[in-house]
Amino acid sequence: MGDFIHLLVSGTATGAIYALAALGFTLLWQAAGVINFSQGEFVMLPAFAMLFGISFGLPLWLAFLVACVLAAIVLGLGFKRAIADRLMGHGVIPLVIATLGVSIAVKSIVRAGYSAEAHPVPSPFPGGVLSIGGINVSYADIGTLVMAGAIVIGLQAFLNRTVTGRAMQAVAQNTESARVLGIDVRRMVAYVFGINAVLAVVTALLIAPTYLAKFDMGDSIGQKAFFAAIIGGFNQTRGALLGGVLIGVLENLVGFYVSPAYKEGVALALFLAVILFRPEGLLGKAEERKV
Amino acid sequence: MSAGLRRTVLLVAGLAALVAVAAFAKRSEVYLLTLTLVYLMATFGLNLTVGYAGQMSLGQAAFFGIGAYVAAIALKAGIPFLAVLPIAGIACFVVGLALGFPALRVQHHYLAFATLGFNVLVFLVMRNEEKLTGGTFGISSIPRPTILGVSFEGHLAYFYFTLAGLVALAAALWWLLRSPWGRAFAALRDNPIRAESLGVNITAYTLLAFAIGAACAGVGGVYYASLVEFIEPGPFHFSTSLMMLLAVIVGGSGRFFGPVVGTIVIILLPEVLRSSSIESLKFMQKWYLVFFGLAVVALMIWLPGGILSIADRFRKREAPR
Repeated sequence: MGDFIHLLVSGTATGAIYALAALGFTLLWQAAGVINFSQGEFVMLPAFAMLFGISFGLPLWLAFLVACVLAAIVLGLGFKRAIADRLMGHGVIPLVIATLGVSIAVKSIVRAGYSAEAHPVPSPFPGGVLSIGGINVSYADIGTLVMAGAIVIGLQAFLNRTVTGRAMQAVAQNTESARVLGIDVRRMVAYVFGINAVLAVVTALLIAPTYLAKFDMGDSIGQKAFFAAIIGGFNQTRGALLGGVLIGVLENLVGFYVSPAYKEGVALALFLAVILFRPEGLLGKAEERKV
Repeated sequence: MSAGLRRTVLLVAGLAALVAVAAFAKRSEVYLLTLTLVYLMATFGLNLTVGYAGQMSLGQAAFFGIGAYVAAIALKAGIPFLAVLPIAGIACFVVGLALGFPALRVQHHYLAFATLGFNVLVFLVMRNEEKLTGGTFGISSIPRPTILGVSFEGHLAYFYFTLAGLVALAAALWWLLRSPWGRAFAALRDNPIRAESLGVNITAYTLLAFAIGAACAGVGGVYYASLVEFIEPGPFHFSTSLMMLLAVIVGGSGRFFGPVVGTIVIILLPEVLRSSSIESLKFMQKWYLVFFGLAVVALMIWLPGGILSIADRFRKREAPR
């Protein structure tokens, strides 16, 4: 029982990290119709940026803030201006292919220009475990849950309670009507790209201490983000959360009770089951075909 | 000379040049050429899925791997090569149907995610099921074929054997695309709604195109296993699938010879750079994937039809309006 609860908590923590990456992914899809196949690299780059910051003597929190600013500029606005803007409106495939190209280029730049090794990244949370009645929970898991939870709640509050947030939702729901209502669509879309980039930095901060910073660390996190987004429902922000946590918990349980070798297959199995029985995703609403 | 005749002459000349060049090439160069041909079988198949049926498949390397492992196990069990080819092809066809069915039933770009996950899973099976696949140690001493007493053991003989196989596969695909079936593939890519209203069952045809593409990869895998004589999970990682997809797109998806250009760019060129003795070319090799990735982005922005569409552009400019 102690094992089970421990697996549940750490799985939820890992799942919360997947959910953050998935959240950015769904926001981009909703607001701009962009499927970003370099989402994983958007997590990998900030991990290395923070390592650089630390190697110049910055404390972790400052390195994190610098990485957030850089990411919002480069991975947010830069990505939008240089690539997404030119390909939006030409269907899904050209953007998918272009972001695959970005993914390969970025990975190769890090490998050829810096290092192919895995680098340890300091954790923002203290080490050690908290024992309550025979159940061990690490401080890192608790910290991850608190931080991810705070960010999700903060983001939801921003999207639901502020004028800008509601304008962004309007753009996501119906771009044309939003424009007619006088919403600055371009600006809102730019914000979404920025938010996606910052979410990626937070994901990096939380995942890099466990999974280490490596040029190909984005492969796995990027895939989990897609699957989490689809499992939960591509057109629902809450769906990304549910999908992420579901994958994180089930991976942990399968890894422990069935076979650690097939842990990575859990997300696919869940995805196939969901699209067979509930194609719009667990929390999604069926979309009408846009012709 | 008509365009069709000119194309045939070019094709025959190209094949003849390839046959002649291989006869004088070094052993390692022949090996590399054979490897390119083997990958071409997989990318030709993928072009059917991507270029003609308009679907994204990110799992071609998984089918390539299934073909290779089926071949390794069957060939070592003494089953003749020509019997292994259909076994591997049909196995991949069936797996393709089973995977494509749930994904294509929903939304068409879901196939990309399903195939990507499938590739990860197949890789895990190859690595973990040691009894069947040898795990990370792989399967070694896979035999090359002997057919009707003729041995294709030698590197040059095996090159010609593979070339014949590729030409046969390409001819079959060419015939398929000229048949009413094949025209339906193109129709549903160009305008799915119109095709549907004309009575083409979109889902069935798309699924079929995907499964046939998978079968081609399976056949390529058989030739691959016999070529390298030792297989392990590495080459069948999903990153190979990405490269195969990009090969089709870079060459020009939906153009019959697009995969030839793309496969040269992703398989042959980096190897040529690696084996070069010139320092600056070696430097190029290290940064090759960076250039390649950026080139893909640039291509999507400025030349989404791929390298082979350059000719069309010029032709369009010359043509009076």
